[in-house]
Order: sequence, then C-alpha cells, then structure tokens
Amino acid sequence: MIINHPLLGPRDAQEFTYLGDAALIDRPDGMAFPDATAAQDAFHDYLYLRDNPAGEHRELWFHEQGDRSWLVVTRNTVTHEITKVEFARDVARSRGRSK
Amino acid sequence: MTQENRIKGGQIDRTKTLRFTFDGHPYTGHPGDTLASALLANGVRLMGRSFKYHRPRGPLSAGSEEPNAIVELRTGARQEPNTRATVAELFDGLEANSQNRFPSLKFDLMGINDRLSPFFAAGFYYKTFMWPAAFWEKIYEPIIRRAAGLGSLTREEDPDQYDKGFLHCDILIIGAGPAGLMATLTAARAGARVILADEDFRMGGRLNAETLTVGNHSGADWAEDTVRTLAQMPNVRLMPRTTVLGAMDHGIYSAVERVSDHLPIPAPGKPRQILWRIYSAHAILAAGATERPIAFENNDRPGILLAGSLRTYANRYAVAVGDRVAVFTNNDDGLRTATDLQAKGIDIAAVIDTRQEGDLLPGIRHLKGAQVIDTKGKLGLKSITIRHANGRSETLSVNALGVSGGWNPNLNIASHHRGRPVWNDAIHAFTPPTGGPKNLTAAGAAAGALSTHAALQTGAAQANAALEALGLKTHTPDLPKAEDAPLNLTPFWYVGEGKGRAWIDQQNDVTVKDVKLAKQENFTSVEHLKRYTTLGMATDQGKTGNILGLAIMAELTGRSIPQTGTTIYRPPYTPVAMGALAGRSRGPEFKPTRLTPSHKWAAEQGAIFVEVGMWLRAQWFPKAGETTWRQSVDREVLQTRASVGICDVTTLGKIDIQGCDAGAFLDRVYANTFSTLPIGKVRYGLMLREDGIVMDDGTTARMGENEWVMTTTTANAVPVFRHLEYVRQCLYPDMDVQLISTTEAWAQFSVAGPNARKLLQKVVDQDISDAAFPYMACGNITVCGGLRARLFRISFSGELAYEIAVPTRYGDALIREMMKAGEEFGAVAYGTESLGVMRVEKGHVAGNELNGQTTALNMGLGKMVSKKKDSIGMVLSQREGLNADDGLRLVGVKPVDPSKPLTAGSHFLDIGAAPVAANDGGWLTSVVYSPHLKSSIALGYLKNGTARIGQKMRAVNLLAKTEVEVEIVSPHFFDPEGDRLRG
Repeated sequence: MIINHPLLGPRDAQEFTYLGDAALIDRPDGMAFPDATAAQDAFHDYLYLRDNPAGEHRELWFHEQGDRSWLVVTRNTVTHEITKVEFARDVARSRGRSK
Repeated sequence: MTQENRIKGGQIDRTKTLRFTFDGHPYTGHPGDTLASALLANGVRLMGRSFKYHRPRGPLSAGSEEPNAIVELRTGARQEPNTRATVAELFDGLEANSQNRFPSLKFDLMGINDRLSPFFAAGFYYKTFMWPAAFWEKIYEPIIRRAAGLGSLTREEDPDQYDKGFLHCDILIIGAGPAGLMATLTAARAGARVILADEDFRMGGRLNAETLTVGNHSGADWAEDTVRTLAQMPNVRLMPRTTVLGAMDHGIYSAVERVSDHLPIPAPGKPRQILWRIYSAHAILAAGATERPIAFENNDRPGILLAGSLRTYANRYAVAVGDRVAVFTNNDDGLRTATDLQAKGIDIAAVIDTRQEGDLLPGIRHLKGAQVIDTKGKLGLKSITIRHANGRSETLSVNALGVSGGWNPNLNIASHHRGRPVWNDAIHAFTPPTGGPKNLTAAGAAAGALSTHAALQTGAAQANAALEALGLKTHTPDLPKAEDAPLNLTPFWYVGEGKGRAWIDQQNDVTVKDVKLAKQENFTSVEHLKRYTTLGMATDQGKTGNILGLAIMAELTGRSIPQTGTTIYRPPYTPVAMGALAGRSRGPEFKPTRLTPSHKWAAEQGAIFVEVGMWLRAQWFPKAGETTWRQSVDREVLQTRASVGICDVTTLGKIDIQGCDAGAFLDRVYANTFSTLPIGKVRYGLMLREDGIVMDDGTTARMGENEWVMTTTTANAVPVFRHLEYVRQCLYPDMDVQLISTTEAWAQFSVAGPNARKLLQKVVDQDISDAAFPYMACGNITVCGGLRARLFRISFSGELAYEIAVPTRYGDALIREMMKAGEEFGAVAYGTESLGVMRVEKGHVAGNELNGQTTALNMGLGKMVSKKKDSIGMVLSQREGLNADDGLRLVGVKPVDPSKPLTAGSHFLDIGAAPVAANDGGWLTSVVYSPHLKSSIALGYLKNGTARIGQKMRAVNLLAKTEVEVEIVSPHFFDPEGDRLRG
C-alpha cells in the first residue's frame, strides 16, 4: 500500500506501523466520572467496543521509519483504497483535545 | 546424442551445441532450447511420474502451465527440485533428474499405486486414515509423504545471492506477446515510462510459436524487430525472464526476475534472482491464454500434448514430438496444429474433430463428429482408439497426439483482488473480472481477444486508454495486418465412454471419476470440489485442468458454467524460490545486528555473547580455568558484591523528554507521579497499558526544570517510544513536550558494588560522595578531565551502584578507563547472566515477570498506581477481576533441599495435590543459582502468594519431569532492607 503523507507525499506502507481504529483518539478523562464503575464502563467501551466495518475505516498509522508522525488514514477495508490522510494531532485538536 | 526429432527452422542457434544430462544420460541441444524441447528433440518423452499414482508422464505443454514435466535441476548445493522442464532454459553442462520415482523413471516400484487406484480415489485419505488416531503421525503420514511426493531438497546452504529491488513506471505491461508488444510500442512512442515484463526468455509470446504473419513479416520476426526498437528507447525497460507474481495494493506489482537461472552459475557479483516491487500508475495485463485439454480415457500418456504446444515445439524449437501425429479438437485453432505440422513434413494420421459442422481441411484426414476414446503405450503413446460419428471404432498408430479444448485467458492477476472472472460465451471461457485491481486493464488473449489482429488492436487501444487516464498524450500506431479468424469452438469437455480414468488435473492426479464422486457425495460447490478432489491445488494451480473440472461438475449438476462459478487466484502466478522472498535477509543478515559500545573490548576479553532482540550483549566473561558458565557467573556475582563489577547497559531504551509540560506528560504515561520529582533526582516508574496490564518499567531522571531522561527495558525501547508519541500527538496534542530516542547516542555502564564509588571517583571530575550525590541522585557531570557525561545513582543489583553515560563514541574508551581504574579493587566485568542473578536475588522484576499478562498488583507494586491523577491504564487497572485478593502475587521460591535445582516454568502445587490444571497455583518465572545462598532460587507468581509466605509447596514441571519441594519466601532474597544500595 501507499500512504500519501500530508507533508512527505506518497510513502510505502512498509515505513509505517499500524495501530487501529482512530476512535482511540477519543479517550475519556479518567478523573471525569462520579464513581469507579462509571469510569470503568466508559473505558471498557472506549478500549474494547470497536466497529469492524467492511468499507471505510479511519485508523491510526505511525510513520515509524519516517518523521514519527501519527496519521489518521481513511482506508476502505474491502478495497484498501485510501481516500484521506490527516495528521492525528490535527484530528485530535479538531475533536477538542488539548492537554 | 542424435537429436533424432529435430526438424528444420525454429528459433534455436544451431551454430552452438549444448551438452546436458537427464538421469545421467548425455544429450545435446542448442541455445534457445528449453530442457523439455531438447529432451523431446532427443526422443525423450517420459520426464516424470505423477504425484499420486506414479503414472509415467511427459510434458503436456510448452510453458509455465506445465503439470507433468517436473524435474530436479543441477546437483549439489544448487540442486533445485520441482522445476518445470518446459521453461528451464538449457545451458551447457546442465544436469537434470527426474523425481518421485524409485528405482528408475522407467521402472518405478510405486507404480503399484496405479494398479491400486480404486483405493486412491478422491477423499481416500479422509475416509481411510481416520482410525486409530494415534496411527496418523507415526505410521500413515510418513508412508503417504514418502509415496506421494515431489522432489527432494539438497539440505545444503544455497550458495547464490538473491536481491530485492524497486522500480517505478507509468505503465507496467505484463506479457510480451502481440498485445503486450503493441501496447508497449504505443505507450513508449507517446513518451510514457514503460516496463514490459515477460516470463519467457524470448519475447514475442505466441508469435514465436505460430506461422502466422504480422504485416509483411513472420510473427516471430515482427516480434524481434519490435523488441529491438523498444530496446533503443530510453523510456522503456524490457524485462525478459521476469514473472509478474501478483497485484498488490495501489498499483504495486511483485515480480521475480530470473537473472542467472540460464547460466551454470551466476556471473560474479550477480544475484541468481531478483524480487522486484514495481510501482505503476497503470498496468496492462497481456499475459495471453492457456490452452485446455479434453478429458478422455488414458489421456495422460507421454506424447499426448496440448495441440498448441505441439506447434510451439515444431515452429519455435524445431522439434517433432512424433513422426505420426493425430489432433483431437473442438475448435478451429486445433486445426492449425495439423496444417502447421503437415507443412513441416510430419505425417498427420487424422484430425479427430468433435464438431459435426464446418469445412474439412484439405489434404488431411479430417473426421467430423469423432472422439478419441482410449490410448495405448505404457511409457509413451503408441496408438489411439477413436469412435467415428457413425459409431465405428478404429485404432490409429500414432506417437503424438495434440489435444485442444479451447483457450483460457490468463486472467489470474486480474482476480488477485477477489474479482470474480466473467464467463464469455463467444470463446467459452472465463475472462477478466470487472472490479479487479484498480488501474489494471487487460488486452489481447488475456482479455479474451484471441486473434492476432485483436491482440494488436486491443494492445494499442488499452495503451491509449491508459495514457489518457494518466493525462499523457496518446499515440495512434499503424496496426500491421494480421489474421482475425474466429475460434469456432463448440464446447466439449470430456469423452463419456470407457471405464478407465480420464485425467483432468494431471499434476494432482484428479480424474473425471473423482469429480463424479465429489458430486455423488454432494461436494458440488467449486470450493468444495477443489478441496475434496485437490483439483487445482498442485504447484501448477490447475492452469490447464481447473476449467475442465468445473465444466464437468456443471454438466453433472445441470447448471451452466457461470452458475457453477470458478475458484479465484492468489499470488504468486507461478512458484517462487524461497530465496527470492528472503532476498539478503538470511543467516547473520536475517536482521540487523546492533553492537554495544563495549563490544570490541568485550570480544577481546573472550566474552560469550547472546542475542537480545537485535542486540548482541555479553552474556558472561570466561576466565582461564573456568570450564562451565556457572563458574564464570558465580565469580562475577561474588566479586561484584564483594568489591565492584561493571556491565554495559547501553541496550536499555533512552528517551530524552523536554518541554514545559514534560512533568504533566510523564504523570499521564506513568502510573505513579513524576511531576513532583525534584531536579537532580531519579524515580522508578511503572507504565501501564490502557487495559491496566503493565507495559514497561524503568527509571526516569529529572536533569533540569524541563529536561527529563527516561529509560525503558531493552525489549520495549521501540514500542515505548511509539506509545509516547501516540500519547503526545493523539491524546494531548497541545502539551509542550518533545521526544527523541537517544538509545544509540549514549554508551551507558552500570558500576555496582561496595567499591563502585571509589572506582568512579577516579574517572569522574566532580565530587560523588554520598553527601554530594546521594541515592537516586542524577546529574550532568564530566569524566576524565572534561568529557561530558551523565551520572545516575540507581541500582538494579541491590549494591551501591551508578549508571554512567558518555557519548557513544567514547564508550569503548570509558570501559577501558574504568577497568584500569578498577584494577586495584579487582573490578570484574559482568554480563547478562550475572545481571539476572543479582536482580533475582534482589527481587526486581524483568521481562519474565513483565510478560504482558500481569498487573502492578501481581508484581507487588499495586500501591504505585496513583488514583489521584489520570494516567494510561489507571481506570481499568481497578477492575474487579484484576484485583482479586487471591490473585497472583510475586513471591520468592527456594528449594527445601538446597541441593535441588529449580526449573523455570514449573507450576506451584500443594503438597499432595494431583498435577492437574484445577490445582495449578501459579508458576516460576525466573530461576537462577544464587552463589550467596548456595542454592537455586526463583521468582514466581503464586495465587494468594503474599499470604502463603513461609509455606511449603511443590514446583512441578511435567515437561522437564521435575518435581521439587519448595518454600515460599519474600522475593527479596538479598539485603531486604536496602542498606547496601544506600551505602
């Protein structure tokens, strides 16, 4: 596969390490829950309940043999067609993450 | 040595004679020959024995689809089994041997399988070798493996080199027949960067095998001229002897180039083969078509070939497979074999044409509505029996028979992305799917355009379509005039008559009867048919036989062929040598080797090295007179604890972490708190995964307000760095934190033992007294009069200990300087074994305990997980299931009888409890011999372990057959109060 890096252009997938669903970006705040059960339920859902679509999937790739940026790659799991590549940091910020 | 079957013409170089042997007999051939063509020229038709029944077989084809003529090439280390004689290029001195026969090809004892064939029908193994189960591994399987086989391995190391390479182009063209050549010419003249790859050593495809003309030339001459023109164009790369193996994603194709297989040994500095990764914007599949046979009784005798292959041998290789030939066909293309061979002066006994309609060939005995119903000739065809349209039978004496059931487009690569081939009623064959690999189009016979004109026309058209898609200018070439005859095929798959076997898949010995049996037992889906009968599962992947099996199944079940469907294809198109896939990643170069900065010095000391991931680390340092590793390790441990020892710990991961938010960042990635750590101090940290399991541990030092240095375990240096980047970029994108891996930037040594300070003070420029540099202190220092260095007062051994780091290029100098400074103390170097002994004596966890299944609580470190702040893994580490009171806890273990050795991996059992899983109490993770306690000691995870300290249990290892009575103790065997490390 070829991943079109936002800064570096088309790069072979061999340069990257795969992590998984980009929903991992939406990590809950562990201190934001009224009790341990609520926190554990939220983290359980966050960590284990993933969609497994036959089709478009947003996923995290790490340019390990490159510039060390984490990317959100929108890839069709059936055809492997990649329609969008974004910096994970930009995606995280757009989803309200900061410090 | 007479080449008695050699005829006039052909594309062989008669000015040179090549000598070769087959099963020890000497023969000759010419450049341009394959092994198969040269053997046929010498009158050798028998080339192999079949896989299951050991039937005598000769070549069926003249190409890479060959199921039968599978031989061993060369001898010694270069011996290669399972090669197809039909594509093995002849060279002087080639030694080839038949395989799967004993004692000889002509007399094979396992030929008895053929007589026992009623027992070996499809499903035989499944039904027969079911019982008793214990017989399978020891009795049935070895017998079957010996009897049913292919070639044998040399078991010597492959002396040749294999390479991998990368190529880029606008258009990749797969196949150099008329379609591929025309496509290349069109694209190249338009200025596109083109790669033309063909598996053959001579480009031209069927043009080399036919007498058809292109323009005013013979097809072969036109191909040669075109190749010469293309070779002079700088934007064209011609790759003969290159098989495109598969379509990967995004326009990437894999291909193997046989650089040196046509030579006795590769030229100096040249690889045997190259595995190419070709990046293309567009690809055109022009891989041609493969002829398919018709099944009839005893249709597998040497001398029975595909009709088109008989033409190939006659026209290209100047070989008459027989001097009296018949042709059995259901289409017009088969008729060409009769006319071509007759024009070469070969006697055509008859053309047996299954069709009633159509014109008769002039001057040839052309039998309409006839069938071949049986053949004779044990080691080679002697006669055929035919059934005339009027029902009369007749036996004809012939020594070669050409069979044509039509042509199947070579669409394999087009279905590598699971595209389903589409049935084409005009040619009665499957054609490439729509929705195949993106930007791959097909041209010529591969697309179902079977005439020469259609090949040239579609080649040019597809090239122009590709050029247009790429935004390049197009080029309209003058299409040379060529034949455009229709195929005129009336489907005919198998002859129903006769009780004997009619072969479909000759490599896997699948017959019409097997398909009938599969139908009878309701294995009617193509996928079931394939697996039940092994149809298409041999190394040829059913290139000639698959469609026959599907068509027969369709007929038996009353469905059409498209309703029946077809199995699809996966890479590779043809078998690939493992060496080509490995490339240069073999032996010591299998993976990169990382050497520690003190490696050279350690090697000079005679150190024994151990692989730790990619690293080579000193395992121990034997001294004169020491005959076992234990003697060396005991000495290193005792001397370190008595005085001082030095160990290279460079392999531990080091990550510089800087920025205003570095402290807050560390609080998130570590379970314990770091932001409160004073400058100049080090703290042990525990890193969890989000699921609450321990990921890694290590120390992190605060070198300045916003400057931190993290260490990781050797194994996790890369994953931890990746994780930190993930947390930084994906979770806390606005934190001011910068990371850089400095594992290879610093040479780091552990200096441990009561005299560690005295030794180090001799090389460190600053005061490192306990007052100036207390336990868990860190700082930037200088050594040897000004060299910048880092010092950390941390201890993994339980001794007064430091870790000192200098820029890597000074690591070798520093170890020599420290060993010199340590001479007066009797300083020793110690390796990973002693490191392990001392950490177990001290009760520190390492890789065996951090096994990806254990929590902080399991390790006795539960209190380290701060609940006052959010950190990765904090929430889920509190899950009930991970916090059971009677869960696993880290304990120490020692044998009740100190002379008894412990075995790592042993399981805890209560005294008297049966060794069954229900009674399992946990296991021993790390076992060492402690020279201080003069006994084997261990760490282990034991259910409710802390409460069981002081109790006696058994450590049982059913694999090693050991059982030792043990006492559960604290994991801190040595200096539990920690007085020594604070000394």
